[in-house]
Amino acid sequence: MEADNTGPGRAVARRLNLDPAAVREARELASRAGQPIVDLARTHTTVSVERAVLRLAGLQGADEDGMPWVNRLADAVRRSAGLEHGVALPAWDALLAGNYPDLGALARDAAAGQVQFRIPGGADAHAARGAATAALAGGIARIDAQRAARETMIAQTSQPRMPWIYLIVATGDIYEDIPQAQAAAREGADIIAVIRSTGQSLLDYVPEGATREGFAGTYATQENFRLMRAALDDVSRELGRYVRLTNYASGLCMPEIASLAGLERLDMMLNDCMYGIIFRDINPRRTFIDQRFSRQIHARAGIIINTGEDNYLTTADAVDAAHTVVVSQLLNEYFGKEAGLADSQLGLGHAFEINPGVPDSFVLELAHAQLVRELFPDAPLKYMPPTKHMTGNVFAGYLLDAFFNLAGVMTDQSILLIGMMTEGIHTPFLADRDLALENVRYVREAAGRLGESFQPVPGGFIDRRANEVLGEAVRLLRRISDEGLLEAIADGTFGITRRPADGGRGLDGVIERAEGYFNPAGDILENPQRNQPGDSPSAALSEIGAQP
Amino acid sequence: MTDQPQAAPEQRIVRPYGDTTGDGRVQVSFTLPIPFGTSGERARAEGAALQLAAKMGLEPAMVVHAKGIGADFTFFIVYGRVSHLVDLSEVVVAEREFPLLSSADVNLRIRSVLGRKLVVVGACIGTDAHTVGIDAILNVKGHAGEKGLEYYREIRVVNLGSQVEVPELVARATAEGADAVLVSQVVTQRDAHIANAREMARAFGAAGPRRPLLVVGGPRFDPAMTASLGVDKVFGKGTTPSEVASYLAYTLASA
Repeated sequence: MEADNTGPGRAVARRLNLDPAAVREARELASRAGQPIVDLARTHTTVSVERAVLRLAGLQGADEDGMPWVNRLADAVRRSAGLEHGVALPAWDALLAGNYPDLGALARDAAAGQVQFRIPGGADAHAARGAATAALAGGIARIDAQRAARETMIAQTSQPRMPWIYLIVATGDIYEDIPQAQAAAREGADIIAVIRSTGQSLLDYVPEGATREGFAGTYATQENFRLMRAALDDVSRELGRYVRLTNYASGLCMPEIASLAGLERLDMMLNDCMYGIIFRDINPRRTFIDQRFSRQIHARAGIIINTGEDNYLTTADAVDAAHTVVVSQLLNEYFGKEAGLADSQLGLGHAFEINPGVPDSFVLELAHAQLVRELFPDAPLKYMPPTKHMTGNVFAGYLLDAFFNLAGVMTDQSILLIGMMTEGIHTPFLADRDLALENVRYVREAAGRLGESFQPVPGGFIDRRANEVLGEAVRLLRRISDEGLLEAIADGTFGITRRPADGGRGLDGVIERAEGYFNPAGDILENPQRNQPGDSPSAALSEIGAQP
Repeated sequence: MTDQPQAAPEQRIVRPYGDTTGDGRVQVSFTLPIPFGTSGERARAEGAALQLAAKMGLEPAMVVHAKGIGADFTFFIVYGRVSHLVDLSEVVVAEREFPLLSSADVNLRIRSVLGRKLVVVGACIGTDAHTVGIDAILNVKGHAGEKGLEYYREIRVVNLGSQVEVPELVARATAEGADAVLVSQVVTQRDAHIANAREMARAFGAAGPRRPLLVVGGPRFDPAMTASLGVDKVFGKGTTPSEVASYLAYTLASA
């Protein structure tokens, strides 16, 4: 059978002569640098991980001030029994002891200070563990059912060809977002990302319900997720093409938002190992612990993560700091796979951000993009358009976006975020978006098969530059694995910003696990084989777009 | 008196320049919420675009491009001759009391004049939990395509976050050796933002003569209130990080 070279899972052409020893060393160093962080995550929990357990068990809603019941219950448990043993043991113990009909009733009484939590022992502990495990198995089963529903939807509609076209919607009002998202899908978008309200990443709770006002974005809430996914299901059926939905599992509530995404069948989630640390000053330990649990959920839910390396290039120079992108991708790959994500779920990020005034800027972009493509041949790479060097000259910006699209198709990128000629001026006008789609459609139709004839000269400029960046990445990884990742972050290695391990927000929500720590969701997710009957790896691959 | 040739006197009245002096030719693009499907709809859409162009002073005008976007919208590109004149003697340039500097210039100025990092302590004070404003100015992520103050190598930012009590803010600002204190207020019920800002200014005034520069910002603040609040600078709605950075460098690092 002839291979389909345009769809997902297409073979990635080898175009560079990368030093295989350097590639191997880079991966080994990344795992050496990452291992202590994984150990940290395995021995600690956070308030948000524990709240995610309650969400997966079905606890929804908020008190009259809008504070979610998961926060009220977790806080009450923390005050009287501590969270060192996890929230599940004391919460289900109290649920059984108090004969509560559900977690919601328990949370109400707990918030009123009427529940004394304890760490049970003996038969009581056994009963609490059993009840909690059953509740969490139900939550994970709902995530599994959503994963199956995605496969069914794709079978009933179709899998879009790659590169997938990724468009952003952000009005602040979910009821305005919905028609805009549907219109964007009709205009050709394969992926709709709903940008979150500014500052949501710094909230230590997830807002509730459908929301109609946000700052430069729309709040991520379970109800907003549900509304948008339903609207995109409608338009997917109309178009005969499955339109994916993306949101952000980042910030202080990363594990909870990941859980809600799994429950409401989001398809991709922004989930970077260091973004919140560098750009939002969230505590590094909190971020890494939250991240591991959130990625375990994403792995289970068949969600593709998108990492945020493009952001480094908005602060640092895209030529000088090209190797920091590769280093971060290798770390994201290590952490992702350790948490159970498949290669086909690693939407590693990078960007077209070289100053167009630099000689050979486009050729350098090709070298960087091809390097990433070959380092991660099975990953659905997410390629980000120029933002830093977009000026108010919208005509020049349109040209630069066309070159970005061209680099994307020439180097087999998987996901193209569509660049706007009015980047940095205003949120895109309807016409800006339409022109942007016209741009990418033209490039894809006109030059879609240029990649098959793109063979950089061995030892030539592109080949040399790619190897140079790889070499710099290996040198930086050596330093990081010697000195420690937390120390490297504290030194300002990424995105120029210094972030000490004990600084930033959310450290007070980090808790060292006690002997006998119990997290029934974590237990299921750590051992997926035991609890995932009939789900074969090939089914998982086909679902997210790969063809085995 | 001088042999130098006299420059031609500048024209006081000018028109846009297409390819000939005084031709008044301009290009505009816009979208109207009308369909572009049937031939009847297309003719009506072009007529609608020409009507708008005429009301904008473009006459004669020519619709060079019209395209339906979805079922309900049409995008137009229009060229035309604008009938309006520009009177250069009536141009008013808004004066900002400080020059807008690039991040490199801000850093250079701080380095060469202060010879150390400029220390900024930021917070949302009182009960206000909305850190959107202060974070947009301080976080690396920034706002409106501009990086926040953390991005500036020569500025050290201490962001205390939300719901900070005034005595705590004064203590931290003193301990950190703050050159400037930035406070943002979003919640404004019963003019809480004004009371909070005054309380802060009084507290810093009482703390000693060498108080840091006090800067407040938020959508409901009016720059005219600076003196009555007892602060040094008020930034209103739509302020960007580079404006704040430029102001700080201009005020605190002037040679």
